[in-house]
Amino acid sequence: MQTLRRIPTWISTLLVALFLFVFVYVANANGWITPYVYNVIQLAGISAISALGLNLIYGFNGQFSLGHIGFYAIGAYSSALITKEFTSRWSGTQFSALSWIIAGILGVILVILVIKRLRFDQIKKWLNSTLGELKGFERWILISLILLVIAAVIIVLGVAASWVLQKGLQALFDLLIPALPEAIGKNVLMLLALLAGGSLAALVAYLVGLPLLRLNSDYFGIATLGFAIVVYTLLQNSDLVIATMKGARGMVEIPRWTNWVWVAAVLSVLVFLLRNLVYSSYGRAIVSVREDEIAAKTMGIDIVQSKTLAFAIGGFYAGIAGGLYAHLVGFLHPSTFDFVRGFDPLIIIVFGGLGSMTGTLVASALFSAIIEGLRVILPQGFEDWRFVIYPILLLIIMLLRQQGLLGTTEWGWLRAPYAPIRDVPMVSGINSVNREVA
Amino acid sequence: MKLTWRRLPLKLIAWVIYALLAAGIVYGIIGLVRLNGSVFFIQAILDGLKLGFVYALIALGYTMVYGIVRLINFAHCDVFMVGAFASYYAITRFGWGFVPAILLAMVVCILLNITIERVAYKPLRNAPRITALITAIGVSFFLEYFTALKFAFGADYITYKRPFEVVVWDIGGVLISNITVIIVAVTILLLLLLLYVINKTKIGKAMRATSLDKTAARLMGINIDGIITLTFAIGAALAGAGGVLYAIAFPQIWTFMGIMPGMKAFVAAVLGGIGNIGGAVIGSLLMGEIEVLTVSFVPFGSRLRDLFAFLVLIIVFIVKPTGILGEPQVEKV
Repeated sequence: MQTLRRIPTWISTLLVALFLFVFVYVANANGWITPYVYNVIQLAGISAISALGLNLIYGFNGQFSLGHIGFYAIGAYSSALITKEFTSRWSGTQFSALSWIIAGILGVILVILVIKRLRFDQIKKWLNSTLGELKGFERWILISLILLVIAAVIIVLGVAASWVLQKGLQALFDLLIPALPEAIGKNVLMLLALLAGGSLAALVAYLVGLPLLRLNSDYFGIATLGFAIVVYTLLQNSDLVIATMKGARGMVEIPRWTNWVWVAAVLSVLVFLLRNLVYSSYGRAIVSVREDEIAAKTMGIDIVQSKTLAFAIGGFYAGIAGGLYAHLVGFLHPSTFDFVRGFDPLIIIVFGGLGSMTGTLVASALFSAIIEGLRVILPQGFEDWRFVIYPILLLIIMLLRQQGLLGTTEWGWLRAPYAPIRDVPMVSGINSVNREVA
Repeated sequence: MKLTWRRLPLKLIAWVIYALLAAGIVYGIIGLVRLNGSVFFIQAILDGLKLGFVYALIALGYTMVYGIVRLINFAHCDVFMVGAFASYYAITRFGWGFVPAILLAMVVCILLNITIERVAYKPLRNAPRITALITAIGVSFFLEYFTALKFAFGADYITYKRPFEVVVWDIGGVLISNITVIIVAVTILLLLLLLYVINKTKIGKAMRATSLDKTAARLMGINIDGIITLTFAIGAALAGAGGVLYAIAFPQIWTFMGIMPGMKAFVAAVLGGIGNIGGAVIGSLLMGEIEVLTVSFVPFGSRLRDLFAFLVLIIVFIVKPTGILGEPQVEKV
């Protein structure tokens, strides 16, 4: 019946994205916009990346996280350490931060894999036969001693592996990166730094999420808030361990390599990946956990896996965004990663609509426009009113549109490739889960 | 239990470990006491108590509001700040004493919190909870930045003038000031009053019913909106008193002073099991003690005080996911 095929959605979406990219690029190159506006646009893109990660955690997986800023901070600081070392050559060997971080990540992954491979039922059997009828505290203490020995062996293994890896990686980087021409080598290093920062954030998210994700929604939110404050305090005292991080004085002289091309490229790749994840079978599992955990479990979905997966990927997004932020402003201070600032991505995703990628993208642009636009609009002497008017706007928007700007609607290629399974707005799902808890 | 040859080495290992553990604990305590003196210990415990009781006053407001409407009222810490400022003006401008100042702070906070509840939260009663949470964050921002304007409280630190002279008693080396005594006395008084209202009066019964099941309570003829407003009012009164006491103990106030104590009090409420009044008090005392003991005994303690407080929170959650006194939540299908 259909004689005229519609234009595929990916074409229109690609066109819009290309238009936005070229428009900002040309506008900056020709000086149509001031460097300040250019900066704000990049910041909007960065906050969109971070908010997309949180939307995966809270909007799609229904896990109320207040600690997103912690992962953002981890990504920012670790990638800044890597590139700063390259430009200022503060340690004798050049790429030790990069190789240490990568080797550390790989070492921890190795340890996790080994622990997952361990046959705990076999160990239990062997313990039972060895310990006999030994009861009570003695039994407990012997079991924990044996487990400690096993853990120590694994950890020593991991440390040794990462030490060897670090030596190898450092030799490799010292050989390869200086061999590249400066323009390319810079970008390669930046990419490596972003990936390392993002992966470190993802790894921390996995390790933090594993014990905490079984908490109920509000408790999980508070626990992650606690995590964010722990990260903040550690950053404030980071100079006790790594002198270059400078703790509460703020880390300076980070190369300012982020530009619109980087932000746009990273944002589009991450949106592409997120969209494909959400509509894959893993994504459907993630969404089903939000809708009803018990029903999902009954359908054979590995709840722990999909929760930790969503949380780690969300942390990865935040880490990447943090890395871009560090190289945009060139200066990092712990107060940037205060938990009060951590509400920003949450406000963005609720404002845009939970579980809507389009909404998050639009909302982060609008959010930056409101915050920075007020700075421009307000007359002299009224600058202090910026954060008085902004919460009033927030209140009005929340009172008028309770489900967020776009609800759960998606636009263009971001729309689900299959018919929506339920017509019920996604927000109601989250709400009903919470009411169940009450 | 018979001691066989096969089990003997295991037994021996276990006993060695016992002995090592006991020796380690004893050695640690003796070392700490010899290093700092036992007086220092008692002093730290007392200071922690002082801080903990102030946290308790704030935490009660959080936990009661959460128990009834399941809302993390982020604006509560700013109500606390307004209480401190109200008493500051009462003391410096009008020359009022301690008791009228604290009463004024409580009244101002009650009015403020009722207004917030009516304007910002009531229209969202049936909205998704996250919307109300974002609104609460918005209200919090508004209060902080609006009061920081020049014609309001101003953005600077202000030195708080205590309404009474500080008297310090020296009891065997332990210093106790009348500030500690007043904080503990006022908190215990308010706490007893609160327990009386909640457990012995009809209104308290209605509040308990509302927090258990709102729909059923409404069917029993309880005025839900009234009860919610009342809960906000009681929470605000406690926060106002807490603000005055906090300002007396740490006499420096500014419009963002509420954020960190508020956050810690809230975490303390969650630590004790949110929605549970006894839990809030226990959690707050624990929080205050951890903070002061960290500052006193851990190297770089004053820089790491928040770290330990929140690490304890995370550890408690891993061991007991609903807090110390929280009832395990049964999953319903």
